[in-house]
Amino acid sequence: MNADVIIVGGGIIGCAAAYNLAKDGVSVIVLEGSANIGNGGSVRNGGGVRQSGRDPRELPLIMYAIKNIWPNLSDLLDTNVEYHQQGNLRLGHSEKNKQILEGLTERAVKCDLDVRMITGDEAREINPYLSDAVTCASWCPTDGHANPLTATMGYYKAARRLGAHFISDEKIVELRKIKGRVCQAVSASGNIYEGSKIILAAGYESRYIASTVGVDIPMQPVLLETLVTEAVSPMFWQMLGTADADFYGHQTDHGSFVFGLNCGLEPYAKPGKPVSSSIASSAACRGIMRYFPSLEDIKVIRCWAGWMDSCADHVPVISPVEEAKGLILACGFSGHGFGISPAVGLVLSQMAQDKETVLDMHELRYDRFRP
Amino acid sequence: MNDRSRELKPFVPAPDDDMIICRCEEITKGEIRKAVHDGMFTLTEIRRYLRTGMGLCQGQTCTKLVKGIVARELGVKPSELGSATGRAPMRPIEMKILANDGGGKK
Ligand SMILES: Cc1cc2nc3c(=O)[nH]c(=O)nc-3n(C[C@H](O)[C@H](O)[C@H](O)COP(=O)(O)OP(=O)(O)OC[C@H]3O[C@@H](n4cnc5c(N)ncnc54)[C@H](O)[C@@H]3O)c2cc1C
Repeated sequence: MNADVIIVGGGIIGCAAAYNLAKDGVSVIVLEGSANIGNGGSVRNGGGVRQSGRDPRELPLIMYAIKNIWPNLSDLLDTNVEYHQQGNLRLGHSEKNKQILEGLTERAVKCDLDVRMITGDEAREINPYLSDAVTCASWCPTDGHANPLTATMGYYKAARRLGAHFISDEKIVELRKIKGRVCQAVSASGNIYEGSKIILAAGYESRYIASTVGVDIPMQPVLLETLVTEAVSPMFWQMLGTADADFYGHQTDHGSFVFGLNCGLEPYAKPGKPVSSSIASSAACRGIMRYFPSLEDIKVIRCWAGWMDSCADHVPVISPVEEAKGLILACGFSGHGFGISPAVGLVLSQMAQDKETVLDMHELRYDRFRP
Repeated sequence: MNDRSRELKPFVPAPDDDMIICRCEEITKGEIRKAVHDGMFTLTEIRRYLRTGMGLCQGQTCTKLVKGIVARELGVKPSELGSATGRAPMRPIEMKILANDGGGKK
């Protein structure tokens, strides 16, 4: 099968690229290896759409997405992506926490982001459910959150309506060059898909697939875990995080709370299918209750886990490859690819059409790893 | 290989489209049928897009019904659709109880 552009991986990055290409009238085939569109991190993440705490190299992407795309995304995709822009509170309880938050704040202010340090009392004015344990916080009023499930499926739905061709259960095992250009993707079942550009957006699996044309990106799979509670009446709309990074989360439109967990054992998770450990959710509940005592009676109803593609320097590779012309890499999102995905989809579609990208992407090139 | 561009029969509104199928999340038959026509071809995708079976009962009541509706819309046998994943904790559990696993003593 042929198309102008072949996309390997049907996560939110692949779907957003497909949407932007199809909108420009470019023919595109998206190949998803699993049975379900968006089966990786895209439907397992915590929904944070945050600028605060981000690496300055990644910041332009998230600032662009928040300014220009997220506010209209529900209309664009004809799907409620439940975007809320009510700020992010990153909470601290100690002098050491305060130093961490001040460091992050200073770095972000240098990049013209509106983020500032506030006291525990100021934080409690913003969110009256916070306990007295909170002694300081950083506050970024333009951060927010969205629903990763409807955003991912929404990009898929909208791209499909515009004519993008999606095929699931079609695992790509090899890329092939013809006359020096990467233009074929070969599936495990032996089908060959050909296009003048190939966007590789298969999460961590991109590493193996890129290696078939001699390209390597230093990344590792790291487990991340999440839980969701029963629905309760609306309490607050801010996104939350902590200086200790032991949990982050928000309340959804639906009324449930989604909390991302981090107990420290994640890099040692069992390989294979991502499974929740139970240890992590218990630890996170202790962290959450310390800052939000009134949530102690709320019921946890589901826990799940997902792999992130953790890159050596914790920012993604979004880049055409000079030595493998035709190949465009979009991987290594390092656990924060959801918030930037609308901007990444746009930039990838511009790269695939040899257009100038709306943002300068040189910091996220594939050949930056030279210690 | 599952081609998402294959033709389905056109969507025809039905008199029972406003019947609630997933009681926990209040999702109707019509919403499920429309989601299939919008490309949600697996039970997992329907769940993620509509929240069917994601509520307090975790799909114990509606999973079979949803499966039947999706299968009919796609023109396949219900047995050809895989199942959605069950998740821990199998019963809703309060944070204060989940937190009490003996950790956090340091
Ligand atoms: C628990 C968790 C919490 C997170 N929280 C946040 C957050 O709050 N904010 C934020 O911005 N980001 C967050 N992230 C990160 C974010 O989810 C990811 O960076 C983002 O979804 C990446 O999208 P993707 O499309 O690149 O990857 P994925 O969604 O992983 O998609 C890759 C797709 O490629 C497919 N694939 C794999 N191998 C092959 C193959 N051989 N052939 C064809 N297809 C293949 C996979 O099945 C998958 O569907 C979190 C991630 C996790 C796991």
